[in-house]
Amino acid sequence: MTGAGVVLLTTFLASSVEAIEMVIIVLGVGAARGWRSTLVGAAAGLVVLAAVVAVLGVALAAVPIGALRTLVGALLLLFGLQWYRKGIARVAARGLAGMSVPEEPESDVPATGMDWTAFVLSFKGVLLEGLEIALIVVSFGLAAGQLGLSVAGAAAAVVIIGAIGFALKTPVTRIPRSLLQLIVGTLLTSFGTFWALEGLGVTWPQSDVDILALLVLYGLAAATFIGLERRAMHHPSAEAA
Amino acid sequence: MKTVASIVTSVLRFVYGFIVGDDWTVAAVVLLALVVTGVLAANRISSLWLVPLVAIVMTAVSLRRSRRAS
Repeated sequence: MTGAGVVLLTTFLASSVEAIEMVIIVLGVGAARGWRSTLVGAAAGLVVLAAVVAVLGVALAAVPIGALRTLVGALLLLFGLQWYRKGIARVAARGLAGMSVPEEPESDVPATGMDWTAFVLSFKGVLLEGLEIALIVVSFGLAAGQLGLSVAGAAAAVVIIGAIGFALKTPVTRIPRSLLQLIVGTLLTSFGTFWALEGLGVTWPQSDVDILALLVLYGLAAATFIGLERRAMHHPSAEAA
Repeated sequence: MKTVASIVTSVLRFVYGFIVGDDWTVAAVVLLALVVTGVLAANRISSLWLVPLVAIVMTAVSLRRSRRAS
């Protein structure tokens, strides 16, 4: 493979990892809370990202990404834990009921106007991941002296992963709301933990792969809690003792 | 003036609901764990287990508390 091919492939793969994280957040939040506010938040994140990239250009490398990761990660972790907890309680109480029946919308999602929770979640996800993609483009592109190819690789990754996410929109909406809330809560908690600790200077041994380890850890904990909650519901006297 | 106060109240309520939610103890203990992790990381002490452990333990505590309250 030529040097240009290596730059293109490397930025494509590295940007794909960040784009997958971005699309997962937008997809999960949109399916759980509604698409309009989620997509407006994502679009606003892209506009701010474009403005930052246009103003800073290659000086992007000076952006304090560690502090931004800590802030966004901590907020996602704290919010994700709320959905994680509620999702566990609801799945324990309802199981997978509602698989074929439309469920009631979330009580805190406004019927009209902007859902600011969905807006902020997707805005932060798109802005942080977009900045990470921009940093990949700048660092790889400048190091190899191939900024144009680096931009092309990253753009291809965002378009392809975005299209896959769009295709998954309808199947994801069919997941029962209680289970979806648990899945999205687990995802936000995992991403939040990863970013917050990375921003604080903790080194993850396997880099982004450790997000999967966190997903497995929080997923197993959720399954255990659901089992314990169900047992307590069926044997309340044992719980009281 | 009343409108400004109303907007500020709404924003503060949103921020509180977003960060703290219905169980302030979870947010407080997780934030504390993040601060401790930051201090340990600054001193080159590995602590990537602390926040996930605290998050899982506080989830258990919160679930148990809400079950007993209901």
